[in-house]
Amino acid sequence: MGIPTNQKEKLQTLFITFFKIGLFTFGGGYAMIPLIEYETVERHRWIKSEDILDIFAIAEATPGVIAINTATFVGYKVAGFWGSLLATLGVVIPSFTIISVISLFFQEFQSLEWVGYAFKGIRAGVIVLILGAVVKMGKKGEYTPLTVLILMLAFSLASFTDINVIYLLLGGAVTGLFYQVWLNRKQADDKRDEVKK
Amino acid sequence: MIYLDLFITFFKIGLFTIGGGYAMIPLIQQEVVDHGWLTLLELTDFIAVAESTPGPFAVNIATFVGMEMGGLPGALTTTTAVVLPSFIIILLIAKAFTNFQQNKWVQGALYGMRPVVIGLIASAVLLLMSSGFIGHEAQINSVGGFFASLQYLEIIIFSICVFVYFRFKLHPIKLILISAALGMLFFGVLPMFY
Repeated sequence: MGIPTNQKEKLQTLFITFFKIGLFTFGGGYAMIPLIEYETVERHRWIKSEDILDIFAIAEATPGVIAINTATFVGYKVAGFWGSLLATLGVVIPSFTIISVISLFFQEFQSLEWVGYAFKGIRAGVIVLILGAVVKMGKKGEYTPLTVLILMLAFSLASFTDINVIYLLLGGAVTGLFYQVWLNRKQADDKRDEVKK
Repeated sequence: MIYLDLFITFFKIGLFTIGGGYAMIPLIQQEVVDHGWLTLLELTDFIAVAESTPGPFAVNIATFVGMEMGGLPGALTTTTAVVLPSFIIILLIAKAFTNFQQNKWVQGALYGMRPVVIGLIASAVLLLMSSGFIGHEAQINSVGGFFASLQYLEIIIFSICVFVYFRFKLHPIKLILISAALGMLFFGVLPMFY
């Protein structure tokens, strides 16, 4: 994949990429994170690997579906308003089309045995993809005692309680802000000490 | 005015579901069932279908209810409505983010949010594994019951996928296709022989 040189080409690539993401994302929620990461960071290099976690954090902390939020955000970063519109349309159109068709044959679809078998397999495959995303993004993480503690806490609370993820993200944000306040104080103190010397 | 009603309802669903995924099901259930658009049973059936079709669940259910209530125009109405709130909000944030990304406080907040995101995704793996590989809780009251409830075929497919995905660094879509083929092989083809 070369780097698209003009706007039209960029918009086209955005649309196709997010159409693909919309088409191959099964199980919703976290299932599209691996594919989005692969396409936007590794393949097209629209997003820096250290920025993708920030985008997922914002996409999760704001209303709406993560896949669509991420599409809108990445689209905007790559090609402004039209980029966000085309990326969003791209990610929505596959499921829109498929569900429209299925709703006409709802009863029949439910009884398609082989579709059911395929999806039993896909469900196991999707777990592997998400695991891969954790490994990949985990490698990019910045590990200090504080971030490790936040990670363990978020993991345990999300796994073993019914807490809404938004509170976990808020908790993380507030902790990060306090840490920043503390850093500022410390820097100011260090400066004062230096001046005294 | 069914279209207006559909629009407002799904706009609300799009606006108030934070965290995405299946976190939105209670709200969707309340709105859709209370309006009499779907019965609880139809909704449960649809959730099963949505799991085997691509795309975010919110979009799937919006399109489905729209089609049921008002055909293609209805589906267009509901799908636009469910996407619109986040589209607008993200657009504003994306615009601001490019200016504020380097801001000390934004960086501070993100410093604390990044590990949360990794923790959340890791917990999704754990939850999916426990719901996919372990049978119904009712059967599990002893070590033997636990092993008896394990879904061995799913675990075998998972293991094969782990091996090929990490060993050959496959494209995610290829892994999806392989896992679908394995599902048909283990659940459809093999049972024919025993």
